[in-house]
Amino acid sequence: MTIEAAAPLSFRQNLSARLGGTPAQIAALGLVAVFLVAFLIVPIIRVIFVAFTVQGGGFTLVNFQDFFATALLRESFWNSVFVASMAVVIASLIAVPLATILARYKFRGAALIHTLGIVPLVMPPFVGAVAMQLIYGRNGAINLLLNDWFGFRIPFMEGLNGVIFVEALHYFPFILLNLSASLANIDSAMEESAQNLGAHGFVLFSRIVFPLALPGYIAGAALVFVKVFDDLATPLLLNVNAMLAPQAYLKITSVGLSDPMGYVISVIMITCSVAAIWLSSLFLRGRDFSTLQRGGGSLSRRDLGPGARIAAIAFVLFVVLLALSPHIGIFLLSIATVWSYAVLPDGYTLAHYATVLNEAGPLIGNTVLYCGLAGLIDVVLGALVAYLVLRTKLPGRHLVEQAAMAAVAVPGLVIGIGLLRTYYDVHLPWSGESFATFWGMLVIAYAVRRLPYALIAAKAALHQLHISLEEAAETLGAGKFTTLQRIVVPLMAGGLFAGFMTSFATAAVELSATLLLVARSDDAPIAYGIYVYMQSAAGRGPGAALGVIAVVTVAVATFISYRFAERERSLKTREAMI
Amino acid sequence: MAAGVSIDHVTFGYGATPVLDDVALEIAEGEFFAFLGPSGSGKTTLLRLIAGFGRPNKGRILIGGRDVTRLPPWERNLGMVFQSYALWPHMTVAKNVAFGLERRNVSRAERARRVEEALALVGLSNYAGRRPAQLSGGQQQRVALARTLVIEPEVLLLDEPLSNLDAKLRTDMRAEIRALQRKLKLTAIYVTHDQEEANAIADRLAVLEGGRIQQVGTPLALYDNPSNRFVATFLGTANLIEGEIGSDRSFKGADGFTLAGIDGDPGKACLSVRPQAIMLAAALSGADTTVTMREFLGGIVRYRVRAAGQDMTVDVPHRRGEPAFSVGAPVVMTVDPRQVAVLR
Repeated sequence: MTIEAAAPLSFRQNLSARLGGTPAQIAALGLVAVFLVAFLIVPIIRVIFVAFTVQGGGFTLVNFQDFFATALLRESFWNSVFVASMAVVIASLIAVPLATILARYKFRGAALIHTLGIVPLVMPPFVGAVAMQLIYGRNGAINLLLNDWFGFRIPFMEGLNGVIFVEALHYFPFILLNLSASLANIDSAMEESAQNLGAHGFVLFSRIVFPLALPGYIAGAALVFVKVFDDLATPLLLNVNAMLAPQAYLKITSVGLSDPMGYVISVIMITCSVAAIWLSSLFLRGRDFSTLQRGGGSLSRRDLGPGARIAAIAFVLFVVLLALSPHIGIFLLSIATVWSYAVLPDGYTLAHYATVLNEAGPLIGNTVLYCGLAGLIDVVLGALVAYLVLRTKLPGRHLVEQAAMAAVAVPGLVIGIGLLRTYYDVHLPWSGESFATFWGMLVIAYAVRRLPYALIAAKAALHQLHISLEEAAETLGAGKFTTLQRIVVPLMAGGLFAGFMTSFATAAVELSATLLLVARSDDAPIAYGIYVYMQSAAGRGPGAALGVIAVVTVAVATFISYRFAERERSLKTREAMI
Repeated sequence: MAAGVSIDHVTFGYGATPVLDDVALEIAEGEFFAFLGPSGSGKTTLLRLIAGFGRPNKGRILIGGRDVTRLPPWERNLGMVFQSYALWPHMTVAKNVAFGLERRNVSRAERARRVEEALALVGLSNYAGRRPAQLSGGQQQRVALARTLVIEPEVLLLDEPLSNLDAKLRTDMRAEIRALQRKLKLTAIYVTHDQEEANAIADRLAVLEGGRIQQVGTPLALYDNPSNRFVATFLGTANLIEGEIGSDRSFKGADGFTLAGIDGDPGKACLSVRPQAIMLAAALSGADTTVTMREFLGGIVRYRVRAAGQDMTVDVPHRRGEPAFSVGAPVVMTVDPRQVAVLR
C-alpha cells in the first residue's frame, strides 16, 4: 500500500481550521457582526457617550445631575416606573386567573378563549387608546351609563390611569401565553404526589402549582414591564407627557438633536429595561421547571362545581369583553358619523373608509415595503446567526447572538435617537440626503428591533432539524453551501416564514422609532398615518378606519404564520411517530 | 470500486480523557468489518472520523492508500447510513437517492437509470415518488441504503443502522445488507453494540472499550480466544476464575478451585470458561458443590453453581423429558481443559 504524504496546509485552510469554520461562514459571521455594530451597538454607545459628555467633549455627570434636579423629569421617571409596575399588576390580575382557569378546569371553548386572549396584541396600544377613551373616558360610554344610573363616574382614563389601563389591556396576553405554557409543562405526577401527601385546594395551588409555573409568569411580567416602559405613542395620544419616553421624544423633536437631556433619558430608559430583563433572568436561572416526563400527562383538568362554574364563566366573559373593547370601539369609531358624549355613535357611515382608501394607498404601500424588507433582512440574519450558533464552533458566535438578542431590551425610542444622532451627518451619495432621514433607515430600525423574533424562530426551526440530515448530504458530496441551500433552508422554510410574518406584523405597528425617523409624510408608514389622523378630532374616523385596516392586516399575517407553524409542527410529529 | 481503510494511530478527543486513544486498524478491501462496543466506547466516533466528521488530534486515516485525514466529508466518496436514516423529508424517495449523483454531475438520463437501479436493488422500485414520511421503518432503511449505494462508494459506513427496527425485521435486513455487500463487493464498516449482530454480519470485528481497541479478529476467534476479561465477558457469558498456573500446568484458583492440564505459561492467570463448556453430573449428598439457582431458558437450562466459594454459570442443553437439577442439589462439575481460555 502506498501512502501519499499529506500536503501542507495553505494559509486559508490554516485560518479556517483555527477558527473552526469555512471562509464563507467566517464572512457571514462578519457580515452579521458589522450590521449589528453599525445599527445597534454604535448608535447605543453614541447615545450613552453623549449623555456623559459636556458640549465639546470631556466626561461629565452634570447631565444626570440636571435630570434629577428637574422636578418634571424626576416626576416623569417615577411616573414611568409606576405606570410600568401597575400595568404589570393589572395585567397579572387579568392573566393569572384566566390562565389558571383555562389550564386547570374543564371549560367549553377554552381554545377559543385562548385565541381571543391573544387578540389584544394585534392592535397597537395607541390605536386602542383612542377607542378606550370613547368607552371608558370621563364622557365615555361606561361613565355616561354609570352617571345616569348611579350618579358617579370612575376615572379609568384620567392621567396615568389611562396609560396603565390601556397598556395592561394590551400586554396581558404576554403573561397569559407564558404562564399557560408553563402550566402546560407541569407533569400531573407533581400535583398527584402532593395530593397523595395531603395537599389540596389553595395549598396545592400556592405551594406546588404556582411555584412550578412561576418562571413563565416572571418571563411574561418582565416583558410587559419593558414594553410598557418603552411605549411612546400611548402616553402621547392620551396627552400624558410627564413620562420618560414622551419627555425624550419632546426634547429631541422640540429642542433638537444637540440637547443632552434626550440622551440622558435614553440612558435611564435602557438601564431600567436591562435591569428588568436582568433581574428576571437572574430569577429564572436554574429554574427550568419543565417537569413533563415522557409518557406523563399535563395537569388534569377537573370539573367545577355549579357555583364556581358560573363565577368562572362570568370572569372569563368579563375579561374577553374587556380585551375586545378597544377593537369593538375602534370598529364603531371607524363607521361612526359622530361619536361624542354618547354611549353609542349617533349614526353610521362608510365614508371614513372611502376617505382612507383615497389617501391610504401610499401609507399601506410604504408599510408593506418597509416591513417586508425588514422582515426579509431579519429572516436572513436570523437564519445565519442560528446556523452559525448551532452548527459551527466559530469564536464570537455567541457574542453576535447576544448582541442580536439585546435589541429586546433596547427601547425603540433609544434606537431611533441613536440612529438619528449617528447617521444625521452621513449623506447619501446619490441624493445628498441625510442617511438618518432616508426611508431606508426605517427599514434598518425595524430590522434591528425585530431581529430577536426572527432569530428565535430560526433557532427553533434549526433545533428540530437533526444534524444527520446535513451529514448525509455531506457524505454524498454536497459542500457546506450546497447543504445549506438544498437541505437546511428548505427544511427551515416553515419556521423562517413564521419568523418573517412575526417581524412583519410587529414592525407594521411600531411607532416609537417611526415617530423619530419619519422625515416626510410621503415616507410615512401606516402606523404614523394613524397617529397623525388621531391627533385631530376630525381625523379620528379615518384614523380608526386605517386602524381597522392595519389590525386586519396584522391579524391575517399572524394567523397565517400561526397556521404555518402549526402545520410544520404536525408534519414533524407525524414523521416522528412513524 | 472498493478500497481498504487504514487507521494509523488515531487519537481524538477534547480535554484530558480522549474519546479515542491511539487506535490502529487495517481493514481490507471488500471486507465486512464491525466496530463492537458498549455505548461510550468510541465506536461511533471512529466511524465518524472515517466519514470526515471531525479531525483526529493525532494520527491519519487512509482510504485506498490515500491520506484523507484533512479532507472534508464531501470529498471522500464514502457512503454513510445513519442510525436515524436521515432521509430528507422535503424530497421524494427518488430525489433523495438522486442527490449524490447530482453532486457528481451525472447526466439526467444516467441519473434516472441509476436511481431506478438502486431502488430495484433494495426492492423499492414502486416507491420512487413517495415521501419518506409515507414509508415504514424498514422501507426508510432501504431508501437510506439505496441513497448511499447509488454513488458507488469506496467504503460503506453503517452507524447502528438496524437499531430502530423491530427484532424480526432486523434479522432480515441484516442478511440483506450482507448479501448486498457481497454482491457489490463493497468494503463495509458496521457499528453496533449488539454482539449477536456483529457476530452474524462481520468477517472480522474490533471490540472497543474506553476509546481503545481491545481485540481484533474473526467472530469465532474472538469468542474462543478472548485476549482479556472485557472481551471475554462482552462477547457472550464467561466464568472468570483468578488464580495461578503452576509449573506442572495445573491451575490453582484463589478459592481452592483446581484444574489440571492447562495450556499456558506458569504464573498469575485468569481462566475464562464458557457456561456451555462445563458439564454437570449428580453427586452424592454432602458434596460442597451445589446448585444455587436455576433458570429454564427453552433450549438450555442455566444454573448457578457454588463451588469452593466461587459462583459459576453453567448452561446445560435441554432435551425433551430430561429432568433438571433442583436448587440445593449436590453436583459435580467437569471441564475439558481444551475448552478453557487463559487470560492475562
